[in-house]
Amino acid sequence: MASFKPTKVQFLPKLGEKVTEETLYWKNYKSPVQIKEFGAITKIDFSPLPPHNYAVTASTRIHIYGPHSQEPIRSFTRFRDTAYGGRFRGDGKLLVAGSEEGLIRLFDISGRVALRQFKGHSKAVHMTSFLSDGFRVVSGSDDLSCRVWDVPSAVELSSLTQHTDYIRALAPSKLNPDLFVTGSYDHTVKVFDMRSGSSVMTMQHGHPVECVLLYPSEVLLVSTGGRYVKVWDLLKGGQELVSLKNHHKTVTCACVSSVGNKLLTGSLDRHVKVYNSSYKVAHNFDCDASILSMAIAPDDEALAVGMTNGVLSVRHRRHQKDKETLTSRRRRGPSYQVFVKGKNFAPRQDDFLVSKPVKQYLRKYDKQLKSFEVSKALDTALQTWTRTSKPDVTVAVIIELNRRGTLKNALAGRNEERCFCVLFFRHIFDPRFSRPLLMVGDIVLDLYQQVFHESPVVERLLQRLMEVLGREAELQQELLQVLGILDTLFTSLTPRKEVACVKTLQSISVLKTTDLSQEKRKIYHIYFE
Amino acid sequence: MLYIYIYIYIYNIVRCGGSKVNLRPPIISTDSRFLLCASGDLVKVYSTRTEEWLHSLQGHTNQVTGIALNPANHLQVYSCSVDGTVKLWDFIDGILIKTFIIGYPLFAIYVSEKHEGVLFLHVSMATDSKNECFQLVAVHLPKSAEQEVEAKEMSVVSSHISSNPSCTAFGRGGEYIAFARHLQLNVYFFRKQKTCSFSLKATDKKGAKNAFTCIACHPTDDCIATGHEDGKIRLWRNFIHKKEYTYSTQHWHHNAVNTLCFTPEGTHLLSGGIESVLVQWQYGAGNRKEFLPRLGGSILHISVSSDGQLFCTSHSDNKITVIESSFKVCGVIQGLVKGDGVLTDLMIDPRSKALVLNGKPGHLQFYSLLRDKHLYNLDIVQQEYIYEAGLDQFEVVKAAFDIKGSWLATVEERGQKSSDLEFFLKLWAFDERTQSFVLNTTITAAHTDRIISMCFSSSKETTMLVTIAEDGQFKAWCQGADADTQQDQNFWSCDFVGSYHNLKPTNCSFSADSSLLAVSFQEVITIWSPETWEMLTTLCQPPGVIRDLCFGRLSCSKYLLGTTTRNLLCCWNLLTCALEWSSSVEVSKLQPDPLSENVAAFSYQSKHTDVFVFKPSEPRPLFTNKNVCSEKVHRAVFVPREEPLNNCDESSQWLNRSQLYFLTQNMDLLTFSTATEEDRILSSSKQLVIDDSVAVTPFYLLLGKHGQQQQKLNTQSHPAADKPQQPQGSVTIKELLHTPAHVLPAASVLCSMFVNSLLISNTGVQQDPLREEMDSEKEEEDSEEEMEACDSQQELRVQGSVDEVTLKLSKAQERELKRVRKTDFSWMAGLIDSKP
Repeated sequence: MASFKPTKVQFLPKLGEKVTEETLYWKNYKSPVQIKEFGAITKIDFSPLPPHNYAVTASTRIHIYGPHSQEPIRSFTRFRDTAYGGRFRGDGKLLVAGSEEGLIRLFDISGRVALRQFKGHSKAVHMTSFLSDGFRVVSGSDDLSCRVWDVPSAVELSSLTQHTDYIRALAPSKLNPDLFVTGSYDHTVKVFDMRSGSSVMTMQHGHPVECVLLYPSEVLLVSTGGRYVKVWDLLKGGQELVSLKNHHKTVTCACVSSVGNKLLTGSLDRHVKVYNSSYKVAHNFDCDASILSMAIAPDDEALAVGMTNGVLSVRHRRHQKDKETLTSRRRRGPSYQVFVKGKNFAPRQDDFLVSKPVKQYLRKYDKQLKSFEVSKALDTALQTWTRTSKPDVTVAVIIELNRRGTLKNALAGRNEERCFCVLFFRHIFDPRFSRPLLMVGDIVLDLYQQVFHESPVVERLLQRLMEVLGREAELQQELLQVLGILDTLFTSLTPRKEVACVKTLQSISVLKTTDLSQEKRKIYHIYFE
Repeated sequence: MLYIYIYIYIYNIVRCGGSKVNLRPPIISTDSRFLLCASGDLVKVYSTRTEEWLHSLQGHTNQVTGIALNPANHLQVYSCSVDGTVKLWDFIDGILIKTFIIGYPLFAIYVSEKHEGVLFLHVSMATDSKNECFQLVAVHLPKSAEQEVEAKEMSVVSSHISSNPSCTAFGRGGEYIAFARHLQLNVYFFRKQKTCSFSLKATDKKGAKNAFTCIACHPTDDCIATGHEDGKIRLWRNFIHKKEYTYSTQHWHHNAVNTLCFTPEGTHLLSGGIESVLVQWQYGAGNRKEFLPRLGGSILHISVSSDGQLFCTSHSDNKITVIESSFKVCGVIQGLVKGDGVLTDLMIDPRSKALVLNGKPGHLQFYSLLRDKHLYNLDIVQQEYIYEAGLDQFEVVKAAFDIKGSWLATVEERGQKSSDLEFFLKLWAFDERTQSFVLNTTITAAHTDRIISMCFSSSKETTMLVTIAEDGQFKAWCQGADADTQQDQNFWSCDFVGSYHNLKPTNCSFSADSSLLAVSFQEVITIWSPETWEMLTTLCQPPGVIRDLCFGRLSCSKYLLGTTTRNLLCCWNLLTCALEWSSSVEVSKLQPDPLSENVAAFSYQSKHTDVFVFKPSEPRPLFTNKNVCSEKVHRAVFVPREEPLNNCDESSQWLNRSQLYFLTQNMDLLTFSTATEEDRILSSSKQLVIDDSVAVTPFYLLLGKHGQQQQKLNTQSHPAADKPQQPQGSVTIKELLHTPAHVLPAASVLCSMFVNSLLISNTGVQQDPLREEMDSEKEEEDSEEEMEACDSQQELRVQGSVDEVTLKLSKAQERELKRVRKTDFSWMAGLIDSKP
């Protein structure tokens, strides 16, 4: 005698991103901590020394936060105008910041008052940084010049005016104290060598450059600007390695994770994207507002994102022990000893072993299906929680009922409330579920045609259903048109090679067959962007 | 002359693969150790404990239609057959005791203790073939000593009965017999010689169908239980007085009740129907019942052992289930499932060499042809099967193995009748650990329309599956690791989609080294290279749509064979891309042999099927067999032999490496067998008869041990003489043990012999004195009993010579048979005398 075979919930391909090691790594962040600042956050910088405090530049202040504090542990407020680009020195003891008025200030971390002030820029200084020897400061300004300052004497060492527009991006080399990279709104990225006193390399980004970034190996250079992120190979004389276009709006900031050197970019379209080593998007963080600045702590312990609305959101990494404490707190019921009781009992030689039959545990709907209570089983499957979070289970039960030929019976004889929940099941346009659900809709309409007008709620629902159906039908038609256009394009592109033609057509026909409207929607996007 | 003789006898078309075991209810022997069931022209004897097939009672020439234990001797069984004879067997030893010739086709047999020497038979009076009319007749068995007796003394009990044998039953120890037909229940009282009939209305108010489907009578009470087409069970009482009969109705089955059976004490009533649930009703307790669900196919018959401890049910999927009275299944005897449901091709599992085809609904069955035994079922659909008539179920329609047997592809389909077709393509990987197939990938929408055919590539390195569908496309599926997910599990995904002018493909085939793929689109064959998916060439030979397609093997691998619907068999040479030869034959199935160049073609012409075997290199057939069967053959398979035969005869060489099995439209599995094989089968079946049926009694243990000791002594003393001696010694003992106790000589006689045998002879000569002793004992016994013993004595003497017996087993058997018959008679006579 075979046992009851439970309803098979079909394994459906997850739409959207695939789960990889990388996505799992990046998903392993806690929900963000939100800290409100006074204005748009233009720069975040982590201290290279533990405990990795970070400086947040917003409005006329620079706040320094501890790794887990919500309140600033120190703040520098002596700015007359908006402060820009607060950055730590390599030993984490000094901080340099530019400002709207063109003044560059140097602070001691423990002090309040500026130790040095570098005067000379005539316009706002958006970018400042220490060179890697720690004794010089480099700054990029809106007056098109790039200046290097000596920290001990507070004098200007050199001024380089080679950009033709605002300089809004700056990255010093960590390996060579004489090298730094600047990016400007004149669409170029320049590499300066202090020894020659001029730019040694120029790269055309093609859009106003918002941010430049050197990989830790300093072989690769990343520049962002416009919707593009470009990666340049410096050893090949600034050859463009790859150009990424994954954001919908201007990419404002970029940083490199310290584990695995993964590139992260943040954009005005409110997304932070994480790229894998082959520059495919591996993960995506969503934020509430346009992102202006972003920084990741050493060892990827925290990811801080600054936004235009002045909100700083910090995500901390989730650790194994956090999880454990969570689960240990949650556990209830009998202790482990109960379950292992008698498990290590060794039977003697003449003992007769009686094996305990393994009990088959069934889900509630399976139990009801087993006893042929079809209407109840459908009700169980249509419970709010199931139908919203596990629509595949609901659909599996519907399919099973249909296979048994009892779907009509299960749907019949429902009152307003129970009918309501059938109609409310809104996965009808999910291409994975649409077929059985449309069938359900059909049956419901057939069954209750006479009595629909008696209930205003159901009537309203039906009207909505009709509207949505109409919209979907329109969309489908449009997509088919697009598909036709694409077909002609493909055939005209490859007129001679027969086999290649077959292949492209094949790819389209695959699209046709597999996921009906999902794929079509994708094509739609591709075509209209 | 001799050559022709061999030619004729070398080819026999043999029915194989177990016939139906579910035609008639099986019976359990009185000691509950054996289970007998009618299967084809045999009666098969199984052990109830081990479910092993022990031996079969062979002798009928047509379908056995009924078996019944002899009420006078529970070690004997009657069987009736369509060939018009009733045979009495000793089923433990498998010996035919007597044959009664009736002369009419028989369809069922009923016996009752009360009617000694009378058999009740369903007889078809074949006056006109159109409306067959069945009669229930009582046949008085003549008391004659001959082995073949013509039974002429017949009396008709009823001339209009149902063709369904479960509509007749004896009641209350044989006082009356009840039989039903359509809407009428008749009860014939033997004492009064009178028939009472009760009838129901065709339909009652609710439109229920009231026709009778089965009958069972209570063993001690005056109560008849009847099953009806609408699932009702009625219990009739008080029917002795025609006017005052009453009945009570119980309803649980939602469809026709197929069978009813009372337990021997009459405490319970068992019923079964299409739901495949065995229902046990408590007699007299109204509606109280127990269920045993999900037994398999729908229940056709139920029978109960005489002590009520064992039930057995036979099912529509050619299965017998043995159930303990505590409602626990303790054994399943499964035959080869055949029927309308065979939709897949016949296939051979490359690993187990088992025949694979679809069996139970939603399953693939693995059947060992060598042992004629069901191996296991593989659940493909993995869904709860709902037993309901007319429900559209998922069925396995296509299946294919790859060349190593490590992958299995299946297609299951639902909704053939209605417009919305659902189908799944599933790929199964062989798991070395569990030694079975494990689901690897399910593809929900492999094509937009029905899959017509599929095949695996035949190369050993890479596996590729090609499916063709009615949507005009063929798809190639490959196993590939997904680079992104970095999981080590390999799933299958689509590699290539091809089509040709939107024509509907009809068949596909890989070449022997799988460097070429041929896909036929209507009248055109396209040749593709699976490496680059380039279309290499097209072949076309109108008129007619291509039906079958296969590449040649080995030395003929440059040929491609195709058959069309317009009676053409074409052979293309792939090197020249030209037609090599073609011939005008209507071919219904083309089957290449995987181990040789041979191709078998089944052609259906003028209402009979011919078989041709040929090599693609030459259009002349190697072998032709006209009129193999009268139906069309659509499925055939070559089964590789375990060890190749070496027939040097030219016309039989094609059977040397593999055997050809084919399935006719009547679902008979047939094969060609050679003469040598039949001999082997016969000898093996003889060996089978021996040890299994012998009960392990203390007596046996003693004797057996002793025999072993003796054999050991033999080996020590006379190593040279050992070989012929050994079987001889064991045969004697076995003979002694095989003979039923009531046939054996008196215990006192045996005892002295037994004690004698235990004494170790001082001469060291082992068995000869014992055997002489035994022979002399038998002589005495024989002379005591009958006068005609002298010739059997002669034979016994002859038996002394070792060589004679080993060579002519048949003679020894004959002797044994005669002896058993003889003793049996005397015993029967004694019984008859003792009873008034």
